[in-house]
Amino acid sequence: MCDMATTRGELGDKLSSLSLFADLSAAELESIAHIVDERRFADGERILRQGLTGSGFYIILAGEGIIRIDGKDYGKLGRGDFFGEISVLLGDPPVADIVAAQGLHCAIIPGPALEPFMVGHPQVMFRMLKSEARKLRMATSWRT
Amino acid sequence: MVVGSGPGGLQLSYSLTHLRVPHAVISADPAPGGMFRRWPFFQRLLSWTKPFAPFERGTRFYERYDWNSLIPDDDRHRAIQPRLMDGTSYFPSRIEMEQNIATFARETGIRVRYGCRWTGTTRDGEGFRLRTTAGDYRARVVVFAFGLAEPWKPEIPGIEHVPHYADTRAPETYAGKRVFIIGKEVSAFELANGFLPWARQIVLASPRPTQLSVVTNSLVGVRARYVQPFEDHILGGGVVIMNASIDEVSRSGELFRVKTTRSDGGGSLMFEADDVIATTGFQPPLGDLPELGVVSSGREKIPSQTPLFESISVRHVYFAGTATRGAAGLKKNGIPSSSGAVHGHRYNARILARHIARTYFGIDPARPTLKRDDVLDYLLSELSRAPELWHQKSYLARSLLMDAARGIVDDGIVPLQLFVDGEGPDGVAVAVEANPKAEIYPAVYVRKNNVVSEHLLPTNPLLDFETAEHRAQLTAALAPIL
Repeated sequence: MCDMATTRGELGDKLSSLSLFADLSAAELESIAHIVDERRFADGERILRQGLTGSGFYIILAGEGIIRIDGKDYGKLGRGDFFGEISVLLGDPPVADIVAAQGLHCAIIPGPALEPFMVGHPQVMFRMLKSEARKLRMATSWRT
Repeated sequence: MVVGSGPGGLQLSYSLTHLRVPHAVISADPAPGGMFRRWPFFQRLLSWTKPFAPFERGTRFYERYDWNSLIPDDDRHRAIQPRLMDGTSYFPSRIEMEQNIATFARETGIRVRYGCRWTGTTRDGEGFRLRTTAGDYRARVVVFAFGLAEPWKPEIPGIEHVPHYADTRAPETYAGKRVFIIGKEVSAFELANGFLPWARQIVLASPRPTQLSVVTNSLVGVRARYVQPFEDHILGGGVVIMNASIDEVSRSGELFRVKTTRSDGGGSLMFEADDVIATTGFQPPLGDLPELGVVSSGREKIPSQTPLFESISVRHVYFAGTATRGAAGLKKNGIPSSSGAVHGHRYNARILARHIARTYFGIDPARPTLKRDDVLDYLLSELSRAPELWHQKSYLARSLLMDAARGIVDDGIVPLQLFVDGEGPDGVAVAVEANPKAEIYPAVYVRKNNVVSEHLLPTNPLLDFETAEHRAQLTAALAPIL
C-alpha cells in the first residue's frame, strides 16, 4: 500500500460528496482518505456473506449492493449508503449477503479499525447513528 | 502470453510448462529477477528464509519457513534460496534473491524472450495482439506479471524537485544531511533505517499514522526489521515522525523547504532539509490496459480481479505476481492476503496455471481420491503444515469435494473465496486464519446443497491443530457431508 501525501486525493473528493462525511473539514477528509481502502467488485460478487465472520464496513462510492437473505433479494443500496457496521459492532456474522451490481465501488474500513475510526470521528458516528435510527424506524413501521 | 520475468512470471511459466500448456514469456529485462534486480535499496530483503527449520529442507512443508524460493512440483528444484545464503542473516541479500530466481529459471529450463518490451495491446478476434519491441504476438489469453514497477509520486506543488525512492543515492552521500522522507510505510522506514549511521536528522511525514506489524498482528504496517527509526523517534534520537500532509516542496539552491499541515489540527510546520525523498510507492506499469477496459482501484491502481486473477472487466486478461493483490479475497478481520510478496503469489501462480490449463486447453489432470477414514488426518495435517494455508491465511484453502462417481476427491489448493461463493458439489475447504488478537486458528467451510457454513476451530499455543479437541470439532463440522 503506498502512502500518498497529497491534498487532492481522488478518494477524498469522492468521500466529500457523501452525506456521511458532510460535517468534516478538508483536512479530516484527507486524513480519512488515507485510512480507508478502496475496491471495485465484479457484478455478482459477494461482499458481505451471510453467516461468515470477519467482515468489514463498506461505504458505496458508486454502483449498487443487493441485499440478499437465503437467496432472496430484499432491496438495493446505492451511492452514499453503507453496510457491514452492525456485524462489526456486534461481533456477529452478517444476517444477509450484499451482492455487487452496476459496477460496485466501495471505500472500506476493516472491521477491527471501525471502532477507533468512529470514536476518532464523532461527526461521522453521529451521521451513522441517524441513519441507523431511520432504518430502525422503517423496520418498526413494517411491523405495524 | 506471459509478460514479465520476475518471480510471478517465472512461477507461472514453470507451472504452465508442467501442465504442458504452450505459452511464451517476454520480458523487457535482460535477465530474470524482476524488481530484485534492483531493490530493495539497502540490499537485504524483509522476507526471510530459515536455513534450519522444523521440516526437512527440500520438502513441501519446508516452504512455510522459506518465503523466497519458487515452488516446483518435484523435490529436485525445491528450496533453492537457502542453498545460496551465506549465514550472516536469515533475510537473504538482494543478490542472493536474484541468484535464487535466476537459478530456478536455469535449473527448470524456463524459456523467456528477454529484452522484448510489451508496448501495446489490441483485441484480435477472441484474443489479443500484443505489440512488442520484437514484433507482434497473438494470444488467446494474456497474463501480466509486471509487478509494481513504476515509481509513483502524488500531486504536490514542487514534487518535481523531489527524487523518488527509486532514485535514492548511495547512503554515504547523505552523511551529515537533514533528510526529509515523504511517506511512512515500509520503504520509508527502510531508507530511514539505512540512513541512521549517516544522516544528521531524519524526518518522516505523511497523513497516515505509522502502523507497525507487531501492533497490527499481521503483515500490515512497518515490519519489525525496520522499527529502529521508530524507537529513535520515541527516544528523541534525531528521528522525527509526523502525521502531516505535505502542502508544498520548494527548492532554493541546495536547500529544500517542505510546508506541512499537521493532521492533529496543530497547524502548519515548515521544514528545511538538505534532501527530500518521496517513498510514495509504485504502481503497475499498466500501459494501455485502461484503454482496453481494465479497471483498477485504490491508490496503487492495481487491476481489480476475480478470485482466479482475471480482470473483472476484460475477460481473458489475467495477472500474476505482485499484481494479484487485486484479487483481494475475503480479507477477513481486515487482514490482507500475502499476494504482494513471493511467499504468497507463488501459490496464486500455480492456481492460475491450473485454471488456464483447464479452461483454455482442456488439460485437467485427474485429482486424487481419499478414503473416508483418511479425511480427518489429512485435513488436520494440512491445517498444521500446508505452506499454502499458512502463507495465504483466509485466502487459500485445501478443498475436498464429494464426487458421486469417484467418491472423496482432493480438489487441491483453491482460493477460499471461490469455494465459499461458488456453486458445486458438496465439499469442505479448510483454511488457516488469524485475528487482530494474534490468534491463529483453523477454519472449516462446509458446503452442503450450495449453502456454506463456517466453523472456526480453537487456536493452540503450539499451533498444533492435530489435538483431540480439533479432531472432535472437525468431525462434528463434517458430519453433514461425510
